[in-house]
Formats: sequence, C-alpha cells, structure tokens
Amino acid sequence: MCLAVPARIVELHNSTATISVEGALREVDVSLIDEPRLGDFVLIHAGFAIHRWEQSEVEELEAIRAATDLREAIT
Amino acid sequence: MKTLVQNIGALSQCVGRDVRLMEVCGTHTMAAFRSGLRQLLPDCVHLVSGPGCPVCVTDPSYLDAAIDLCGRPGVIVATFGDLVRVPGTDSSLERERAAGASVRIVYSPSDALILARECPSKQVVFLGVGFETTVPTVAWAIWRAARDGLKNFSVLCAHKTMPRAMDALVRDKAINIDGFICPGHVSVITGAHIYRFICERYRIPCVVSGFEAWDILKSIELLLRQLAEGRAQVENEYSRSVSEHGNAAAQRLMNEVFEPCDTAWRGIGMIEGSGLAIREQYAGFDAAKVLGVQFPKAHVNPLCNCGSVLRGVASPLDCRLFGRPCSPAHPIGPCMVSGEGACAAYYKYERIAA
Repeated sequence: MCLAVPARIVELHNSTATISVEGALREVDVSLIDEPRLGDFVLIHAGFAIHRWEQSEVEELEAIRAATDLREAIT
Repeated sequence: MKTLVQNIGALSQCVGRDVRLMEVCGTHTMAAFRSGLRQLLPDCVHLVSGPGCPVCVTDPSYLDAAIDLCGRPGVIVATFGDLVRVPGTDSSLERERAAGASVRIVYSPSDALILARECPSKQVVFLGVGFETTVPTVAWAIWRAARDGLKNFSVLCAHKTMPRAMDALVRDKAINIDGFICPGHVSVITGAHIYRFICERYRIPCVVSGFEAWDILKSIELLLRQLAEGRAQVENEYSRSVSEHGNAAAQRLMNEVFEPCDTAWRGIGMIEGSGLAIREQYAGFDAAKVLGVQFPKAHVNPLCNCGSVLRGVASPLDCRLFGRPCSPAHPIGPCMVSGEGACAAYYKYERIAA
C-alpha cells in the first residue's frame, strides 16, 4: 500500500498539479511539498506529491535502473 | 550489480552464521520476489517478511465493522482497492458490493472527498487504513472537509505507525531478527531518525531502502557490513527520497488531525501507542463516533497462519491452508489477498507445484 511512483509535473495550478507517469496524466495535490515548480520530478502516493527529487536524484535513479541487470549478476 | 552480489557473499562469510533480515514493508517483499534477487543471496542470508502490509495487519473486527457500514442505508463506503477482498467473519466488501451495497474504490482520499461533494444526501465513509506514508493524505481530507464545512464525510480510522510495532517485534524472543530493511516510503514522511532507538536500545542495524532490486541488494550489503563490523546504526540507502527528519508539512498535518492511541495488530495483538485516532477537535469526521460503529470480536479461520507470517515466525509455506484452499482467487487470510501480502508473493513466485 505504501507504493509511490516518480512523476513529472507538467501543469501547475494552485495547490494541485497535473503529473505525467510515462505519459499517463493525473491531477494530484502538491500542498505537502515546498514550492512545487513546473518540470519538477515528484514522488506520488495516493494522489499526493510527498517528496520532490533534485535533478541529481533523478539521475541516481536512472543510473540504478541502468545497472539493474540481474542476469549479469549470475554469469 | 555483480560486485554487489559478490560483496554480499564475502560479507556473509565474515559474519559466519545464519542471518535473518526482516523487510518490514510489503512493497519490499514484492519487489524482492518480482526481481528474483532472493535467488542471488547466499543460503545463510534469510529474508523474512514483516508486518508492513497495512491491509494484512488490520484487525478483522475492523473489516466486520466496515462490512456492516456498507449495508446501512444512506452510507457509501469509499476505500483503497486492497481492502475489498479481505474476508471478515462472514463476508467481504467485495461480496457485499456484488450484492448491491455501496462500496466505491478510490485511488486517493481526495477522491472520497469529491464523492462526498457529488452525493450530498449520502454519508461517505472513507476507510482509513495505512501507515505514515498514507496518514497525511487522509489527514488532509479531514482537514479540508473541516475547512469547507462538509457534513457528509467521515473516516473509519485504523491507521498505524511503524516504530512501536518494530519495537514489539524485537522484544518478541521467538522472532530473532539480525537487521531491519526499513520501509522507504514511511521514512519519506517520518525521516530516517525514527529507527535510531532500535540500534541504540537493541543493537540491531537498520537500513532505509529504496525499491529497485539494486536498492534492496545494496541495503542487504550495508546490513551485512554492519554485522561483520559489529556496528548497529541507521543507514539511509534511499537518500534520494528520505531525509533525516522527513516531510515537515506532512508531519504537521498528521499531528493536527491525529493523536497516538493503542491499537490491535492482526497477529501481534495490542501494541501501546502504535495507532492513530482522530483528535476530539475533528470528532465530527470520525465515522466511529458519528455513526456509532461497534467493533465486535471477529471470528477467523483458526487454521489461518497469517498472524505468524506477519510476525516473521512462520513462512507462508508452513501454513496448512496455503495453495489449497487458500489462494489469491479464494483467499482465506489477508496475506493472500493483498498485492503486498507475503502469502500472495510466495504463491506467485515461490510455489512448488504439488
């Protein structure tokens, strides 16, 4: 249940924003994070942004995903 | 990745004994199975599933109360999807819905609020189940309903918090845990500092972990290194999302609406201060008070082993009901229902054909 997914803010309203998760759009509440900005990468749980990632943190995730090849680990 | 697996192998030899690491969070349990990383671990490193699936640890009497509510005239029960298939004493929300009761699945507590605005003649009761990750979102819904003077929205509250439950597990001698893989998204809200007492009081290492296979393997490596070096500290592997002190705005909202209370965990029993109750100031949004909900003692199948699975003392494979008759299509216990339940994970990924 504590699933949270990273998503990008593509439209910003007052306390809500439209986010994109691999192209799927949804309205979420952004009042739990400080000064949300257009283009921010945020972590979404149950319709709320609960954390904002810095660019370096987005890159960390991309690097981790690129390194995650379990087949390589057993050969 | 290969280096990580090699390090885990070498460190486990340094430790020189069997090691039991508990992944507290159900999302970690599922991620570990789905990725296949369990097969990469040495035989002496055991991953044990913990109580971190909110649906699984919800007391069955709460479910019976929710099932009773959805049959009342003028009431709509709004819930996260995980809860609808969990069996209560005689029925489930899914079965009641099929028979015509008003049960709506929502993605967010804010959707339940929208439902209340759209149906002013109905009382919309949101089933408040979940840990610190989810609690601020429900707190927001209550706070917003209060601000807007909404009279037909309330929450049946069974929220729980992690630290006291982990404390109870550590003190249970039967469980015997060498290290905790701490829940990542709970920690986004609370901060990594909440686990410090486990290291200081019980000398058990804790690592806050992300949810990629790499994150989990890295966390296992960090735990084994602590054990090999005789350290017990909180380390934060998931620093891209988790800070030392967490999300202050979310914590403020939680504290504004909720206060600690004693609550019963399925399989563990009553744990002092491990639950959250709606504060008196927001009592008008507490479904238990507004609608006079009773929580009579529930009856569960006595052969169901979910309680022991949730405490990490039994594997789902030890349960006599596992696979037949209890399966995801016909679940008997909650751990087989939830996408994050240990039994569902074993059924999907670890079942040996009979």
